[in-house]
Amino acid sequence: MTTTQPVAEGLFTWPPTGSAPLRLIGSECTACGLVSFPASPDCVRCASTESKERLLSDRGTLWTYTTQNFRPPSPPYDGPRAFEPYSVGYVELPELLVEARLTEPDPEKLRIGQHMLLTLVPYTVRDDGTEVVTFAFAPAEDPAESEQETP
Amino acid sequence: MTEAVVIGVGLHPFGRFPGKPALDMGADAVRLALADAGVDWPQVQGGYIGSYEVANPDAIVGRLGLTGIPLRGVFNGCATAGTAVALAARAIETGEHDLTIAIGLDKHPRGAFAADPSVAGIPSWYGQTGLFLTTHFFGMKINRYMHDHGISHETLARVASKNFRNAAGNEKAWRRTPLSPEEILASPVLNHPLRQFMYCGPNEGAAALVLCRADQAHKYTATPVRIRATALRSRRLGAFEVQSPSFPVGEPVASPTVDASREAYERAGIGPEDVDVAQLQDTDAGSEIIHMAENGLCKDGEQERLVAEGATEIGGRLPVNTDGGLLGNGEPIGASGLRQIHEIVLQLRGAAGSRQIPGTPRVGYTHLYGAPGASAVTILST
Repeated sequence: MTTTQPVAEGLFTWPPTGSAPLRLIGSECTACGLVSFPASPDCVRCASTESKERLLSDRGTLWTYTTQNFRPPSPPYDGPRAFEPYSVGYVELPELLVEARLTEPDPEKLRIGQHMLLTLVPYTVRDDGTEVVTFAFAPAEDPAESEQETP
Repeated sequence: MTEAVVIGVGLHPFGRFPGKPALDMGADAVRLALADAGVDWPQVQGGYIGSYEVANPDAIVGRLGLTGIPLRGVFNGCATAGTAVALAARAIETGEHDLTIAIGLDKHPRGAFAADPSVAGIPSWYGQTGLFLTTHFFGMKINRYMHDHGISHETLARVASKNFRNAAGNEKAWRRTPLSPEEILASPVLNHPLRQFMYCGPNEGAAALVLCRADQAHKYTATPVRIRATALRSRRLGAFEVQSPSFPVGEPVASPTVDASREAYERAGIGPEDVDVAQLQDTDAGSEIIHMAENGLCKDGEQERLVAEGATEIGGRLPVNTDGGLLGNGEPIGASGLRQIHEIVLQLRGAAGSRQIPGTPRVGYTHLYGAPGASAVTILST
């Protein structure tokens, strides 16, 4: 039986449900309000060490992007041995700009300023068949494509 | 305050030297610098030495002579050499020593820097999912910059071609085969829009500088080079920097390069318009273009015209990376910034041979940038 796991706990809501849809889990400084991602108890603006959970918006615009055309050094990369190029970018959410994998690997199909929607991608499969998912952003013009993305 | 001047420079070639330890390369560079200054090792009163790969670079005293001097190890990533020269100069400026040395050495294997993100205080998932690559940052920064300021792919290729051409005239450089812009644009994309021949590579090498009090320089040389300012700055909140899983929205915040550059110009009492020759961190061709503007040497977007006109060539009005830069020399990170100063000293002495810039250059500028968002600038003059 194939099971699916998130790459890390506390990174995004898991498993996403109708009442708790997919969101990135950030934090908000209780002293100055700065939003951080990933969640961190330490505030890099006011140096407070108190924070609370803050779920981030799932929609934003593409601020910049690049591609990864060769297999990254492993470790730390633990994606599949058979490498498929992927792309990464910064998506500007209302709260902050977040770096993420993008579902669209072709740079010619990406455009600075385009709308993006948060999704999950199975970025690798463990030896025991467990599928590991991480967060990614998909171009929002074609939501059907973003629903069925495969690595 | 007493001013520090450079009286000797030494450079071990950059490249790959199988079987040769980094400390031996460092010792060679030190001996060259001492000979250049006309100084013997026992005259050196203290110094600073930087390396990434060598855990105890101060062990170099075992090659040079056990004189008991304080030789302090320093490290600030790609800005390491900026720290070594800054502190060696500071020791003279404060009166601690009359004669000091700054040394950098490194010996990176192919594919170096494949570390776990924990070294940068970032969770493991960032590396597991393929985000922890510094090359991503450079690709993304120049992609955005090209979008905002109208820089073309051809300009990226021209910058890389210039640096390989300059390296071809430098017997101590690593990548000495000239490449045309067309050949560079035909190489594979590594991180859009950057291609294989637009990136520098980690490699091996060493460099050293001998410094002394300005009022004693006449004892050693007729052509001292003054250290007018050194500055090191780290990233501020809101700046778009390498290895950042996120950063705040809002008004753009200047990079540490801009901060270090402004501080150095102010300390030196020298403006960008006074710079005759510059060595800028060209981790990739896009970085050189961005760093021209971030160091005040042009406005954002002017690079397209300046590069097309040949302004940054050896014979141009603002020569950049005359010895081939990081693209042509590779980057042994402890030594890279001292290699830049070595080149500036040769240029200001008029001793750079076939790559000597015309006229009588008086002001030279060096700049480093790297993870985790740190920049060092050194301004030198005759």
